[in-house]
Amino acid sequence: MLDMFKGHRGKALETLKKFKSRVWSDAIVKTTRGEFKGIILPRSENDDDRHIVLKLITGYNIGISVETITDIEEIGYKEANYKIPEKEFPFTEGQANIKLFGTGGTIASRLDYRTGAVIPAFSPGELYGAVPELADICNLKTEKIFAVFSENMGSEQYMKLAKAIGKEIKRGIDGIVIGHGTDTMHHTAAALSFMIQNPPVPIVMVGSQRSSDRPSSDAALNLMYATKAASESDIAEVMVCMFGSTSDDYGLLHRGTRIRKMHSSYRSTFRTIGDIPLAMITRDKITTIQKKYHKRKKTTKEMKIIPAWEEKTTLLYYYPDMMPDMIDSMINNGYKGCIIAGTGLGHVNKPLYPALERAVKAGMHIYMTVQTLWGYTHMSVYETGRDLMSIGVIPAENMLPEVAYVKLAWALGQSNDREEVKKIMLTPVCGEITEREPYNGYLIFQGGIPEVEDFIKKVHK
Amino acid sequence: MKNLDPVQNNELTKKNTGYIPRKKATQKTYDDLGFMSGLEIHQQLKTKKKLFCRCPAGIYQDFDDFDAEIVRHMRPTLSELGEYDGTALMEFKTKKEIIYRIKDETACTYDIDDTPPFPINRQALEYAIEIALLTGLNIVGEFHIARKQYLDGSIPTGFQRTGIVGIEGEIPLKNKKVRIIQMSIEEDSCREVSDVRHTRIYATDRLGMPLIETVTYPDMKHPDEVKEAAHYIRFLGRSTGKVRTGSGAARQDVNVSIEGGTRVEIKGVSSIAAIPELVHNEAFRQKALLLIKDILNERIKNRFKVNFKELNPNEFGIDYKPLQNSLKDGFKIIAINLPHCSGILSHFTQTGKNFSDEITDRLKVIACLERPNMLHSEEEKSPITEKQWTDIKKILNAKNEDAQIVIWTSDFDLKIAVETIEERIELAMNGVPNETRKSIQNGLTIFERVLPGADRMYPDTDSTPIPIIEKDVARLEKNLPVSISRRFKELTDWKIPIDSWPYLLRYNLIPMIEDIIKRTNFPPKFIATTFAHQLKGLEGRNGGKNTISTFKKVKKLFEFVSEKKLHYEIIWDMLKFIYEHPKMDFDSVLIELDYSDSNMKKILSDVPVMRDIFTQIAKTKRKEAEIDWIIGELRKFAIGNIPMNDLRDEVVKTLS
Repeated sequence: MLDMFKGHRGKALETLKKFKSRVWSDAIVKTTRGEFKGIILPRSENDDDRHIVLKLITGYNIGISVETITDIEEIGYKEANYKIPEKEFPFTEGQANIKLFGTGGTIASRLDYRTGAVIPAFSPGELYGAVPELADICNLKTEKIFAVFSENMGSEQYMKLAKAIGKEIKRGIDGIVIGHGTDTMHHTAAALSFMIQNPPVPIVMVGSQRSSDRPSSDAALNLMYATKAASESDIAEVMVCMFGSTSDDYGLLHRGTRIRKMHSSYRSTFRTIGDIPLAMITRDKITTIQKKYHKRKKTTKEMKIIPAWEEKTTLLYYYPDMMPDMIDSMINNGYKGCIIAGTGLGHVNKPLYPALERAVKAGMHIYMTVQTLWGYTHMSVYETGRDLMSIGVIPAENMLPEVAYVKLAWALGQSNDREEVKKIMLTPVCGEITEREPYNGYLIFQGGIPEVEDFIKKVHK
Repeated sequence: MKNLDPVQNNELTKKNTGYIPRKKATQKTYDDLGFMSGLEIHQQLKTKKKLFCRCPAGIYQDFDDFDAEIVRHMRPTLSELGEYDGTALMEFKTKKEIIYRIKDETACTYDIDDTPPFPINRQALEYAIEIALLTGLNIVGEFHIARKQYLDGSIPTGFQRTGIVGIEGEIPLKNKKVRIIQMSIEEDSCREVSDVRHTRIYATDRLGMPLIETVTYPDMKHPDEVKEAAHYIRFLGRSTGKVRTGSGAARQDVNVSIEGGTRVEIKGVSSIAAIPELVHNEAFRQKALLLIKDILNERIKNRFKVNFKELNPNEFGIDYKPLQNSLKDGFKIIAINLPHCSGILSHFTQTGKNFSDEITDRLKVIACLERPNMLHSEEEKSPITEKQWTDIKKILNAKNEDAQIVIWTSDFDLKIAVETIEERIELAMNGVPNETRKSIQNGLTIFERVLPGADRMYPDTDSTPIPIIEKDVARLEKNLPVSISRRFKELTDWKIPIDSWPYLLRYNLIPMIEDIIKRTNFPPKFIATTFAHQLKGLEGRNGGKNTISTFKKVKKLFEFVSEKKLHYEIIWDMLKFIYEHPKMDFDSVLIELDYSDSNMKKILSDVPVMRDIFTQIAKTKRKEAEIDWIIGELRKFAIGNIPMNDLRDEVVKTLS
């Protein structure tokens, strides 16, 4: 479509053509509901074709029904130039050199007229223009490696990212930051944890829950926390750095294999499951709270980059009444690996047994995790568990279902041998399986209880 | 050169400004100033729930009653057309920590911006369209939700969701028509609990309540017209019964400019009665600032630059408590020289105020220095001695035509504080700065923040546009209440005094009055003032509030008096009694009032006797006194039986 009709289609497009008007023109639109004056804006492609949109002089947008339009007169033209002021990112001697990889997401973003949605904006200059504080934390270089929304991140991106990070680390960078959409950040974090083993520097994933085009966004602060962690933290692991509470109070560094997005929109959506986070971070300092972690190293010798993936891997969320044909369809479609998120300690119903048996016989690798998220699979406690194990379903300890899925796909990408895969699966790489669960690894407070309310009132949550 | 006398200077500059009190001002006064004023009237809509979430609307808590607090900071973002907004940058400079108090009953995760908006409250949108139709606006074809940036923190997202319902209309005033720019529907903001140093606290109960904002063109050329237009627009909303009333439910922003001046917005004026004085004073403040502009431009040819030095507190034992106390917090004393500014700081701006107040207010808002935050060389009585000033001037290398300011501040705020002072003088060189001001007592205003522009608007990416279809508009149009202009005409025809209008319109009493007229044939003016004067007066005296049931009772009283064929004047006496004894029936009230059926002849029969008595007791022989005394005595028997004016006429006749 011609740029001058941006986003308009159907009746709206006809109307623009009929009155020889175009997008960005300052126009007087005469309608049966009166006269309207403003700049004709591009139309979002998802919106209907019955309206055109004007930006009024007061800054407001309004839509005008094309059926009511009797005339459009162009009196001027003003094309918007939406750009974050770009300034060269300054270099400061003595500050850490950090590489920021962009994958998309809302860490920095601008408006897309086509969809009316937020699209990423990203370059050191743009970031510096938007978050000048970054220059006091590190020397920043950026690379836009993909521009995809979080939900479109997948194995291809994981592997490409792992390799790019490996290369950058070998060149001697002091820390890595990855801007990422939040929806699947925990999948990517797990994948990178397995694909980049023993990194000598921090690899910090960061995003924002409230888009950076709003003044109260968590984006700027998250980015400051993440670059600070990448620059100064002693923790050389793949981590997720996001708000610890909904307040602009502190961020948390979470281990990439124990993290999960737990709320669809809250700022403090990311929680470490079954353990405590690695560290708390404020603008002034990083406080490590996890005792065991991989420390920063001077050498890259121990680092191993293992990009591998088997696409025919799946994650099955079990529900009562599940029918065996669900399993059969996986066999028929050639799936090689399956993680089951089972009930309780790791259970599924009896009617699935024969199907599972067929699956194992067909060579499928089946591992059990728990949909309770917290806690271990304990398949020896009940008969169901023991039955399942004898069929060949392997308990995956306290690996989170999504993490186990990522790990299995990664393991199957390396081997198809039952024992080999099992060894990979059950040998912890980076905390995805822990030997013990600390007493404070499971804390879900319930509102309404006096001591909790008391706590919430006193402490900014 | 002799030292400047600040008091004299203030008086002189006040005279130069041409300031006169409002009472003495005429239309010509305002025409000479080039006075223009426009309004933004906010009215909360009477919906059950908030605009973009399902929290109840209209419930308020005490500021100390909250369940949790959260902390946010605000950063400027780009507007849709790619520019940063001026206010945004100012607010960012202030580096405020914003604390929101949340009470479960009135705020949810949407209010604190942890959840995207729910679909807009349709009831609110319909109410807004209805009022827009009444205002004669062109209704938009599609409602677009925009984000209007507010970096002061009054909304946790950092923006207000708002959208245009209609544009371009007009309202009729007594002598002219005032054009309307637009009406929008928007979510209300937080209530400010406190704002001290770098911490501002807000309550979230009011946040998110739907309100409409009606914006006029700057068509008002006299302060009284601003008041009239404000009343009109408010009544218009109230006539639908779909806006909230009561304290804080309606607020006005008033825009004022004069020739050569700038549009200045006085925010959040809750009393319409206060408007004329506020705009009058603002007009003269602008006039004064224009004089200052001329003075400065004559003196300063290059870029204005201050110089400053830290004062050693041991050397300068300035006897001023706020300053001394601040030293305990590690504050520094900073002396600042303002070149060529002699006579500026004490220059008149508003009654009892001078230009130094413009600086002090900005220091508070932008640099977070709590008031009192400065001393200066043009104060009537300065805690800094003559000798100390001389020393300070020496340290600063000051010249005679300069002025000096002393502030006390932490290192953190120092830079912004000095910049703020410098910037205010630079702005003064350009005349009247673009700003929003807050009304304080006596019709005066203080700086609130830099006036935001259209740059702070951008589309809400969390919501899609809502078509406003012809069918819905037609349905609303059909059910519109009687328009306010017809109500105004009725009130004029009935010769209802103007001071009664607000009360009658606020409580939508005109339909009831119409009904009473129909049933009783009593004079409309009497009926109207019964409500607007008598009942309102009683309400004030007893501290209670009149409600619908009170109004219904008054209507019944009218019907009772009409059925009994009494003269209506007795109603006011009865009303007073009923107000004190609300349970008593009307017949008993008549007994209590000693009413008995009578006629003129019977009543007048006692006059001769009364004359004799008066002659004995009277201290005066004035005829009028005698008439008044006699009527006073007869009133009790006459009221309800005959018109009081007739009684007077007859008494006068009898006596002559």
